Amino acid sequence: MSSIVSIRNLSKKFAGFSALKNINLDVSEGEVVCIVGPSGSGKSTLIRCINLLEEYEKSGSVLVDGIPVVRGEKLAMVRAEVGMVFQSFNLFPHLTVLQNITLAPVRVRNTTRTVAEKQAYAMLERVGIAAQAGKYPGELSGGQQQRVAIARALAMQPRIMLFDEPTSSLDPEMVGEVLDVMKKLAKSGVTMIVVTHEMGFARQVADRVVFMDDGEIVEEGTPQQIFDDAREERTRNFLNAILQH
Amino acid sequence: MNFIDTFFNWDVLTSSMPLLLSGLKVTLLLGLVSVVAGLVLGLAIALVRLYAMRPIRLVAIIYIDLFRSIPLLVLLILVYFALPFIGISLSPFASAAAALTIVSSAYTAEIFRAGIEAIPKGQFEASQALGLGYRHMMSDVILPQAIRVVIPPLTNNCINVIKDTALASVVAMPDLLKQATQAQALEANPTPLIVAALMYIGLLWPLVLLVGRFEKRLRTTR
Ligand SMILES: Nc1ncnc2c1ncn2[C@@H]1O[C@H](COP(=O)(O)OP(=O)(O)OP(=O)(O)O)[C@@H](O)[C@H]1O
Ligand SMILES: [Mg+2]
Repeated sequence: MSSIVSIRNLSKKFAGFSALKNINLDVSEGEVVCIVGPSGSGKSTLIRCINLLEEYEKSGSVLVDGIPVVRGEKLAMVRAEVGMVFQSFNLFPHLTVLQNITLAPVRVRNTTRTVAEKQAYAMLERVGIAAQAGKYPGELSGGQQQRVAIARALAMQPRIMLFDEPTSSLDPEMVGEVLDVMKKLAKSGVTMIVVTHEMGFARQVADRVVFMDDGEIVEEGTPQQIFDDAREERTRNFLNAILQH
Repeated sequence: MNFIDTFFNWDVLTSSMPLLLSGLKVTLLLGLVSVVAGLVLGLAIALVRLYAMRPIRLVAIIYIDLFRSIPLLVLLILVYFALPFIGISLSPFASAAAALTIVSSAYTAEIFRAGIEAIPKGQFEASQALGLGYRHMMSDVILPQAIRVVIPPLTNNCINVIKDTALASVVAMPDLLKQATQAQALEANPTPLIVAALMYIGLLWPLVLLVGRFEKRLRTTR
């Protein structure tokens, strides 16, 4: 299987502080990778390097579909292949749901508006909120907004979807509806990297779980290997602490 | 001579009206040209100030600070009376429009910068993550949101520019104030000045009310 994302010797410093230390990670087509770890361990920084929302040290490399993710004319093209869903949704508040979804396909992919709108409705159908197309983000619940954000990213037909704690800012009763959508995507073969604190989701959906601590990948493996049979003490401590709650 | 005859003399008013109206036209034209040019230039300078390479950014910062420090009257006199010494002679209108535009663009640039910086970082990141280029990110996502925030201060600036057009009378611009003082000298009666003052108020009061309305709406929708 070929790698969609290939990360080699990736390091990242913030004003001298090492947020990522020599990370290596490959993600194959159709794979669902969940990244877990304590707060401040570098999970967000890692996935934000994949579409260059964070710049990384020159010593490392990130390839998406074989193309280096670096500043330059190809960057927008690479970013179009990488969908991202943020913790805080980041929908465009001045645009309707439909306009949020069609903006990038029309501007970046040069899709005609008619086609883009047809695809947008299909995406909204997929995330279960086709009835909300004409509303503004401010008129939707958190769970609905996050599903729009997922539809917006999917509308670009990306090779891979990144999720950065997509349910962390949701009221508890809305977490399920967003996780359900993500489960459906995973089943339909979308390649996904998901930073999450939802261990139940990771156990059920992930092909591979990556545990990070202190800017490093401490351990990775199948959900069973990580959750039931972790080799590293740090992993076990983290999981014990989380499962206490 | 009673108060009414002195300050609101009907005969003087009717005979000086053509002069005052021609002055009003010049004032409006000068105001319009300076406001529009100041807006366009100001937006460009704000973008340079925020996103250009460091040395160019520095030039924008110096421009903004310099022209917010210099009194408009001083700049106007420099443009009109000093530039001819290096071979640049501008008409009174061009001098006044240039000075007003330069100062207005410096203020406008700061207003736009504040408006753009008020947009949450997540809006930029979502745009970039979707693959939008810089131009579409600004034109479709950032500026439409920034506009709402900057409209009240921009309208304020517009009021200031129109007020400041009166300074152009010192470089022999036949604007409203200049024509009013001319008519006042001609008729030996202050009525034209009173009428000019009322014209300024009639022009600007609606704008002042508009700013209040915008600010109230912004407060309630946030
Ligand atoms: N822009 C920044 N400037 C300085 N330091 C930063 C910046 N962004 C992140 N960091 C630091 O880098 C480290 C990793 O941050 P990151 O956000 O990747 O952690 P995380 O694993 O996503 O944590 P959380 O679970 O809280 O989201 C943290 O110590 C954080 O303080
Ligand atoms: Mg994070």
